[in-house]
Amino acid sequence: MEIGLTHYLTIAAILFTLGVFGIFLNRKNVIIILMAIELMLLAVNINLVAFSVFLHDISGQIFAMFVLTVAAAEAAIGLAILVIYFRNRGSIAVEDISQLKG
Amino acid sequence: MQSLAPAIVELIIVVGAMALLMVGVFSGKKAFKTVSWLSVGVLVVAMISTVSLPVERTYAFNGMFVIDGFAIFNKILILIGAAMAIMMSFDFLAKENLKRFEFAVLILLATAGMTMMVSASNLISLYMGIELQSLALYVLTAINRDSSRSTEAGLKYFVLGALSSGMLLYGSSLIYGFAGSLDFGEISQAVAVESVPFGMIFGLVFLLSGLAFKISAVPFHMWTPDVYEGAPTPVTAFLAGAPKVAAMALLIRVLFDVVPAMQDQWQQIIIFLSFASMAVGAVLALVQTNIKRLMAFSSIGHVGFALVGLSAGTESGVASVLIYLTIYLVMNIGAFALIMSMRRKEGMTENINDLAGLARTRPGMAAALAIFMFSLAGIPPMAGFIGKFFVFMMALEAGLTTLAIFGVLMSVIGAFYYLRIVKIMYFDEPVGEFDVGPSRGMKIISGGAAALIVLGFVWPAPLIAAANLAATSLFM
Repeated sequence: MEIGLTHYLTIAAILFTLGVFGIFLNRKNVIIILMAIELMLLAVNINLVAFSVFLHDISGQIFAMFVLTVAAAEAAIGLAILVIYFRNRGSIAVEDISQLKG
Repeated sequence: MQSLAPAIVELIIVVGAMALLMVGVFSGKKAFKTVSWLSVGVLVVAMISTVSLPVERTYAFNGMFVIDGFAIFNKILILIGAAMAIMMSFDFLAKENLKRFEFAVLILLATAGMTMMVSASNLISLYMGIELQSLALYVLTAINRDSSRSTEAGLKYFVLGALSSGMLLYGSSLIYGFAGSLDFGEISQAVAVESVPFGMIFGLVFLLSGLAFKISAVPFHMWTPDVYEGAPTPVTAFLAGAPKVAAMALLIRVLFDVVPAMQDQWQQIIIFLSFASMAVGAVLALVQTNIKRLMAFSSIGHVGFALVGLSAGTESGVASVLIYLTIYLVMNIGAFALIMSMRRKEGMTENINDLAGLARTRPGMAAALAIFMFSLAGIPPMAGFIGKFFVFMMALEAGLTTLAIFGVLMSVIGAFYYLRIVKIMYFDEPVGEFDVGPSRGMKIISGGAAALIVLGFVWPAPLIAAANLAATSLFM
């Protein structure tokens, strides 16, 4: 069987959906949410690189490089915010993040 | 050799931000004051440099970056919003023991991202602009790192913001795949065909959801109240102004530059967002007791009103959105300058009921706040009325009668909670004075904003002319 564009798009769509569900269904730990965000961005990269190869157009791969860079910066900031949050509360359970509501 | 001249505003801001980091490190104890004032200076220089920009459409960086009257108009709004946010932050940060010079530098970086957003003409520059803005704003929200509310707001903003960026990116990747290009011009040609591929429509929906998140339109608004309430008040003032303008400008740019061929389809989406935002903004604000939370719902409602003008889908509709955003920005700056002055000896108070009897204890502050509340409600003779008048007019001209009538109804409901604040200030018994009145800076800012609001009603011609010019350049 030839592996075509559809296969790549399907796997990316599955990974992206897993990432979104990871954010919404997870009731335990904020670290898991960070992992889910990473999963979403990587699914996008699979999409971009697959399209880039099939279109014979390099700009998709350049975009993927930018996404990787920004994802690293985003993870750094996310973890930093998580650390100061933990210092204040002593917990990073998702259900405890409920001081602000109304 | 390509010219860097069209990106002069961004260059000034980012070079300024990096230089100010060094200044901050080497200037010891005075760092906070020096860096804050210098960053206001950088923003003013950037504002002056916009004179050199061409009003007709010019591309730079191989078509990745576009400058036109529309971009210039929004850049100026963003720069004003950022400069005001820094000037308003001095007293507050000093009193809350948050004198960190990084505050002003982060606002500069977020501003650079926003000015990038309004000039985006390629999916890469769109994404980079949005991320530069968002990453700086996440940090700003959580900058009070000893406060559990501030850090919780930062965490929530981060998670939901990253989710929206993910959706926007997934949409971008699909659009890239089905259009074969990242360039706005080439994508617009790819969608101008008889049968648009399903993947393309799918991608556009994801892209629009990501943008709706950034303007906090319902149903993507859930982060707004929590973040506005938890963030330090100067950050809230900043969040409610400049980023809204930038995201709205980016949305307009995407709708008219990328998918003008699918106007019938996107109009439906914008009309829905507008209906939902106006309703949620008006109804949920009724039950709020915290004034920052109230302003969050008020900003959701105002985004809904601005979208009414956008749903018309015409050039004059875009002009009406720009007029609305300008007036909204001024009202917000003024209102937040006074909210930051709600302070007792023991600290900030954010309860609406603490305003009781303000007219007797501090008549000037009460009068100014009343002007802003009347203007936010859209009651003449304040500029807020002009903004609402134009967006509803444009909706009627485009035949969207239901939307316009619904908008007027929602603005009547909205008037209730704005006027409730006026009633509490003027007719309730005082519960205790604010010991520290507004500082001189706050008086100047809120007084100036109040004067502009009244002036905007009496003499709106220059604003209307500028907005029309900006909107025209988008359609050339």
